[in-house]
Amino acid sequence: MTYEQLSNFSNTWGLVFLIIMFATAIAYAFWPSNKKKFEEAAQLPFEEGDRQS
Amino acid sequence: MAASREAAPGTLNAASYGVGGAFVVGALISIFIAAKTVDSVMAFHATLFILFFLIGIFAIGKRHFDTLERGPEPATQDGVIYHDGPIRLATLAAVFWGIVGFSAGLYIALELAFPWLNFDLPWLNFGRLRPLHTSGVVFAFGGNALIATSLYVVQRTCKTRLAGDIAPWFLVWGYQLFIVLAATGYLLGVTQSKEYAEPEWYVDIWLTIVWVTYLVIFLATLARRKEPHIYVANWFYLAFIVTIAMLHLINNAAIPVSFTSTKSYILWAGVQDALIQWWYGHNAVGFFLTAGFLGMMYYFIPKRAERPIYSYRLSIVHFWAIIFLYIWAGPHHLHYTALPDWAQTLGMTFSIMLWMPSWGGMINGLMTLSGAWDKLRTDPVIRMLVVSIAFYGMSTFEGPVMSIKAVNSLSHYTDWTIGHVHSSALGWVGFVTFGSIYCMVPWLWNRKQLYSLTLVNWHFWIATLGIVLYITAMWVSGILQGLMWRAYDSLGFLEYSFVESVEAMHPFYVIRALGGGMFLVGALIMTYNVYMTIQGHVRKGEEMQPAPAGDGQILAVGAR
Amino acid sequence: MSKFTHATIEKNSILLLVLTLVVVSIGGLVEIVPTFLIKTTIEDVDGVRPYSPLELAGRDIYVREGCYACHSQMIRALRSEVERYGHYSLAAESKYDHPFQWGSKRTGPDLARVGGKYSDAWHQVHMADPRAVVPESVMPGYPFLAETPLAQHDIENSLKTLAFLGTPYSEEMIAEALSDVFVQQSPDEDYDPMLDRYPGAIVSNFDGDPSTVSELDAMIAYLQMLGTLVDFSAVERSTLVQ
Repeated sequence: MTYEQLSNFSNTWGLVFLIIMFATAIAYAFWPSNKKKFEEAAQLPFEEGDRQS
Repeated sequence: MAASREAAPGTLNAASYGVGGAFVVGALISIFIAAKTVDSVMAFHATLFILFFLIGIFAIGKRHFDTLERGPEPATQDGVIYHDGPIRLATLAAVFWGIVGFSAGLYIALELAFPWLNFDLPWLNFGRLRPLHTSGVVFAFGGNALIATSLYVVQRTCKTRLAGDIAPWFLVWGYQLFIVLAATGYLLGVTQSKEYAEPEWYVDIWLTIVWVTYLVIFLATLARRKEPHIYVANWFYLAFIVTIAMLHLINNAAIPVSFTSTKSYILWAGVQDALIQWWYGHNAVGFFLTAGFLGMMYYFIPKRAERPIYSYRLSIVHFWAIIFLYIWAGPHHLHYTALPDWAQTLGMTFSIMLWMPSWGGMINGLMTLSGAWDKLRTDPVIRMLVVSIAFYGMSTFEGPVMSIKAVNSLSHYTDWTIGHVHSSALGWVGFVTFGSIYCMVPWLWNRKQLYSLTLVNWHFWIATLGIVLYITAMWVSGILQGLMWRAYDSLGFLEYSFVESVEAMHPFYVIRALGGGMFLVGALIMTYNVYMTIQGHVRKGEEMQPAPAGDGQILAVGAR
Repeated sequence: MSKFTHATIEKNSILLLVLTLVVVSIGGLVEIVPTFLIKTTIEDVDGVRPYSPLELAGRDIYVREGCYACHSQMIRALRSEVERYGHYSLAAESKYDHPFQWGSKRTGPDLARVGGKYSDAWHQVHMADPRAVVPESVMPGYPFLAETPLAQHDIENSLKTLAFLGTPYSEEMIAEALSDVFVQQSPDEDYDPMLDRYPGAIVSNFDGDPSTVSELDAMIAYLQMLGTLVDFSAVERSTLVQ
């Protein structure tokens, strides 16, 4: 394998792959129907039972 | 793991017999090695293993009868019996090893300023004590803090008891054995010489067993959660645990010279070994010292500030971006070396990109306080946590700058790197850990409040001043070193001999030791505060005000 | 997420684990794997050979004492470094280094080409008391090296292990390892067979005490060969600087 082969591959398919990964992560985080789920999750630290009672 | 559901926690079940059997096998192997070896350190370490296994078998049996006598632990209001014993142990271990690690750091700082402190002794020389310091603070102090907080947070945010009954105890005690083996090994000259991965092959195997236990406990606890969601702090903890496992296995791949020898040779050689080492080394920073501690940030700051994280969506982007980008950054430790240029360029590019998610996380942590900024004034624990994020922001800006090849040509090999590391290690890792310990100790020991917030305040200011002295001294000495090494006189010759640069460092090494000493004093104050809190004392005049409505666990602050 | 079962919950944590592993693997794979595959990663140069048994023992002591904490062995391709320390380091020069000793900090100077810069006698004094020869030095003293006989019981196993990892140690080299340790620090013995096995090795009574093979013999033997294997005299001056 040569440096040129690898670098050509990363310049094309590598780039496409990274863009898809980035888009997926952003879409997941900002997808409207996920909003409620995330807001619930953000409350998790406050819902535990009071162990001192 | 599953067996704890059948029997009352603490009594003997199939899992405890399994562990007991494994300990017997472990003890037999250790006895065999102790008998065969001609290597005195191996004999010593095999003896430690034997003791560990025998005490372990005894402890499992004793726990069984104690539990029968005492009856099951009381459940909390939401019906969960949290498994907090191992967490209390890991918290105390973090405080203890913190003092050991900081003291070792102070001592080697003084050795550089006053070399007679090496006393010509093998086990006191800088080269052997330095890994004791780095492993002491990173793995012993930081690692125990991570184990304690991760097991605490995963139970609370999943509203379930830890998976396994003996397993968490094995994890914490097994981890302490790892630390003792590593530390005594360094002093006796047993090291692989890979920075932050110095322990030799048999210690690495032991850590692998302990670490896989950790991963299984964490995953199994997540799997039995009573909440639909996995809170984001757990994402960071999980990424930390699994990535460290991957890095550890690949970087430490080695063949021992013989099974009774402490010495091994690393599988990799030369340039590939260098790349794998710094892939490991930088991600020890990225996943051990960043991802894990971000898990702390995402739980303890909202909890202490009594408000949810500023943006949960940002935390998700933060998570995926940081774990993806960090892993590429390693080659910036090898600029202008014999590593191929393309790898150096990749390392630099991704290091610069890392600035963005790092600051995203910083903003997320800081903005959680929006609407509650007054707590910065009234609650020194919140102040410690917030200043830790500020230091995180500062070092995650400095890091990308130093990864630029032109800057790196000056900064590499100098004290600037040491200063950079300590602004994040002391400022970020240290302070977020201290803040979390101050939060967690009253909760874990069922105390209404800390012994003294005034002492937290003293800890905060002495340690902050110490950090400032430390990092400014290292900036000046590092840049001075870098400039002296490349300075030319009017005739085109190098202006300074190397030893002139060594001589010029002396005042800064003294100031650095002073800064480190102050940081240690702060930690000693914390130790006293933690001790008094556990004893159930409250400092005179600092009794708690009536708690605010809502969560009774949050300390009422503003007593002063 | 209205109806979730225990199965989906368990799946989520495993899914999180798997996705995390995939995401953190990419960077390492892309950077590390090609350095094994691309042939030009390690230059094709003459002269680099496996360490002689005595040099290897010295290297093990160098590792044991943590010398890498203060000394690099990697001269970067920068003018000021090349002028201070010599030709920039080649990847080929550390191809038999398990593990590498490039270091990360220069509290003391780079040692990649320290071989031959100082006499054995200088090293003897310097290792015992660095400030006796360099008053401003902050290096620890290592007087115990001269007093400690070199442990040799594992030397053959060391060579065998490295041979297993791909270092070209022949059967003969492994068989002769113990005697080669002794011969390299005894100029009175017949050292030609040793030199055939390890061309360019330096034979000298490194620690100045001919009676025993000490750890100091091994350490100085290692230091004196560092950076000496590749002959750079034929290299054009202009190609030194990037």
